[in-house]
Amino acid sequence: MSSPSIAPADFEQRVEQLRPRLISFAQLHLNCTTDADDVVQETLISAWNGLEQFQAKSSLETWIFSILRHKIIDLYRNHSKIQLFEYDENQLPDTAPLFQEDQHWQKEHAPSTWPTPYKELENEHFWHVFDLCVFHLPPQTSQVFSMRELLGFDTKQICQALQISEENCWTILHRARLKLRACLEQNWFIAEENKL
Amino acid sequence: MKKMSSCKHATELMSQKQDRELSFKEQTWLITHLSLCANCRRFNKQLDIIGKACEERREELENPETK
Repeated sequence: MSSPSIAPADFEQRVEQLRPRLISFAQLHLNCTTDADDVVQETLISAWNGLEQFQAKSSLETWIFSILRHKIIDLYRNHSKIQLFEYDENQLPDTAPLFQEDQHWQKEHAPSTWPTPYKELENEHFWHVFDLCVFHLPPQTSQVFSMRELLGFDTKQICQALQISEENCWTILHRARLKLRACLEQNWFIAEENKL
Repeated sequence: MKKMSSCKHATELMSQKQDRELSFKEQTWLITHLSLCANCRRFNKQLDIIGKACEERREELENPETK
């Protein structure tokens, strides 16, 4: 077996920096903080034990995150420890102010042209801003969006796992995408342009 | 049938087409709306960009060591 591509001391330091992001991700999906802490701990133990298989083709952070993601997908499949909620429209982000009374876009909320080329999205900074925007959504909205776009469940699987209707699921994702698009525009695309 | 000028309804359909197949009626409604509305054309393009970026990120997370 090849020697690990990362020194144990580096591993520990980078894990400590990553831990808060892992915990918030786990808390978004699981029904209590103890379970979230446990699954993060199991993830880090798996990563440590499997460190010899890590060949640094991806970043250590991506690799650890992929282990946590698999564990959370399994918990959803086993209907175990998952955060469930009663669907309540009042708990969703308010997207009414984006539109005028005649249902046209409000001028100040209408989508602008994004200057950043698509290829530039493949960097860690973009995903950091992206995740902050997702966590900035109300918890249930952020959970459903994360199930769809990060864990890769389809809306049928989401409504089965959370026991909500598919219509509710579409409503949640619509609100999430409206808010997320606006958040990315404000904090990534326009911010990038101003840097130039 | 929704009012042709409803950007709000258009965003609902643009979001849902990421999650399910739109009916023929919905597709033709949306294409017509997009032909008339530059703001929604931008929205449509941006949702596609976000969707594709998320798909690539999922692929990387599925197989982080085969990149």
